[in-house]
Amino acid sequence: MASDAGALRSPGISPRTVTRLLVLGGVVVLVAALALAAESGAIGRGNLLYDVLVDPFMLMIQAPDLFVQTLWEGLVSGVLYALIALGFVLIFKASGVFNFAQGIMVVFAALTLVGLHEKGVPALVALVLAVGVMLVLAIAVERVVLRPLVNQPDIILFMATFGLTYFLIGLGELIFGGSPKQMIASELYLPTGATDAEIFGGRVRFQHIDVAAGVIASVMIAALAVFFSKTRIGRALRAVADSHKAALSVGISLNQIWVIVWFTAGIVALVTGIMWGARSDVSFALQVIALKALPVLILGGFTSIPGAIVGGLVIGIGEKIGEFYWGPLVGGGIETWLAYVIALLFLLYRPQGLFGEKIIERV
Amino acid sequence: MFYREAGQFKTSYAADMAVFPLRQDRVGIAVIIAAALALSFANDFIVQAVLIPFLVFSLAAIGLNILTGYAGLLSLGTGAFMGVGAYACYKLTTAFPGVNILVWILVSGLFSAAVGTLFGLPSLRIKGFYLAVATLAAQFFLQWCFNRVPWLFNYNVSGAIEAPLRTLFGVPIVGPAAQPQTRYLVLLGLVILLTWVASNLVHGRIGRAWMAVRDMDIAAELMGIKLLPTKLLAFAVSSYFCGVAGAAMVFLWYGSAEYTVFDINQSFSVLFMVIIGGLGSLIGSFFGAAFISILPTVLKFGLPALGVPIEAATAEHLTAILVGALIILFLIIEPHGLARLWQIGKQKLRVWPFPY
Repeated sequence: MASDAGALRSPGISPRTVTRLLVLGGVVVLVAALALAAESGAIGRGNLLYDVLVDPFMLMIQAPDLFVQTLWEGLVSGVLYALIALGFVLIFKASGVFNFAQGIMVVFAALTLVGLHEKGVPALVALVLAVGVMLVLAIAVERVVLRPLVNQPDIILFMATFGLTYFLIGLGELIFGGSPKQMIASELYLPTGATDAEIFGGRVRFQHIDVAAGVIASVMIAALAVFFSKTRIGRALRAVADSHKAALSVGISLNQIWVIVWFTAGIVALVTGIMWGARSDVSFALQVIALKALPVLILGGFTSIPGAIVGGLVIGIGEKIGEFYWGPLVGGGIETWLAYVIALLFLLYRPQGLFGEKIIERV
Repeated sequence: MFYREAGQFKTSYAADMAVFPLRQDRVGIAVIIAAALALSFANDFIVQAVLIPFLVFSLAAIGLNILTGYAGLLSLGTGAFMGVGAYACYKLTTAFPGVNILVWILVSGLFSAAVGTLFGLPSLRIKGFYLAVATLAAQFFLQWCFNRVPWLFNYNVSGAIEAPLRTLFGVPIVGPAAQPQTRYLVLLGLVILLTWVASNLVHGRIGRAWMAVRDMDIAAELMGIKLLPTKLLAFAVSSYFCGVAGAAMVFLWYGSAEYTVFDINQSFSVLFMVIIGGLGSLIGSFFGAAFISILPTVLKFGLPALGVPIEAATAEHLTAILVGALIILFLIIEPHGLARLWQIGKQKLRVWPFPY
């Protein structure tokens, strides 16, 4: 481990510290030089260097209300990315499956809820039924997909979840139709409307549903944390995450754990679907947005729940700020790939993610 | 009874190491090529909707199989690399209309190879799903470029690239005037040529280096295989094949394309082909391409022809369900893909009619 090596080494300045200090110093000098140059008028508007390195920051300082608004929007989409990533992490930890179908599970859960309500079922009953559908889905996935494929290489299981994705897309469109639907936000007692707040002399708009999304996500994550650390099943889940074989040998049923973990991911998907559906609408386009959870995973590490949350927030905020302040320089629309590039650059520096376990390989 | 090596003696090292050691295999390949040539007399619909897509996707699947199956590097950027080939070919043929289009289709792969190598750089530090997500960066970034950089589509108002009229020996092979049969023959020639190249690559020193890296990269490094050049070469060769497939897709199949053609779903369907066909197998690439590219067409036109009346939308949804279920089913029955089934079949045939 790196920390052990650091502790054993004799006191003094290690080469790594020197490199870090040099990089930090370089950044400080660069910022100072740019500020001086901008101040003295050596580089001005229209200059590429100015547009990229100075102008966006000037804008942030000049219009702090806009900055806060962008930050808030990034935060909200970050929460939603984090929720999707959470579903991925839950399943990856317990069964080692990279569940590509998490995105479509979000859509499918939301569609079930809305579709049932359209058929005349009361909203809260529809919610319970949707949870039931996710349980059935979890059991079906465990029986039909996971159990026959146990002990196969990762990529085979990954592809199986692809098959699941196609299956759920077809099934969802067949039953509920492919057209976008309105989420039944008010029937589920979710707040609507917006509050305008005076911040830094400007108006910043907070959608109530966004606030609710943040609160509900926090509550759910807290509940999951308690579930994992305090309950019997939670301990079993963590045991399975550590080692399948050891868990089996102390009598934990892998099949049962898989059903539970897929069901949990299904509930997370349902909550995500409700929140996301209330912000825009419920459609299969959500599935592509769910791919955004992948850079979040990279940033946070595949096996870390705090990582998923922090990564989600970083990606959400980084993406919105990048799009708003730097996007116009290259023609806009950079939101589609900025998250991936951030993740890619980050990977080069730290391949296991922020909180991921360092993989040590031996021949 | 008919398929066995009895009486065929290998008298040299070259004969022992031949790709097709059995005379029956060599005859079989000749028959398949002859049949493929004969199929060029099929009607327009079959050529345009079945045969040409199959060949285009075979080429792309071979490309991805080199990367994922032989070198063990998972990539989700295939669609974008195909796009690079298509857009490069469009730029080249509009800038230099005098040069034969076939040259440009083959050259455009080089641009794709360069881009692929660039995005393959992280592969030295990261692997597995982490690498897959890194290649997603390529997918989304390149697709954004195809949409937002007007230079790439010559400032067209429509934003689409269109295949202009190009001829070979006076016969139109590209553009609206070209017959599907002609395009099919040209494409068949390309596929045969590139399959031969790929076969020689994967059976030689380079292919063995790839497989060593795939099986265990640290061990391969200890044996003196340089990881970075080997992995980057895999990315380059793979992207080359994908780029040529993309150029062929626009110029020999669609006739025109927008950036949406090269989206993430394209990457996924090529990955399906590789997995269903069999990782690390050239013939598997063909099987997988046939399965995935022909199945929807068969379901779409086959079921109504059989007298099962279904609406177009329902058929599409059923297709998605069926494809999903079939993928899972195939993975459960034979995780090593159709190529493995083929191998088992041949082995059984060898000892037939005896059970052992």
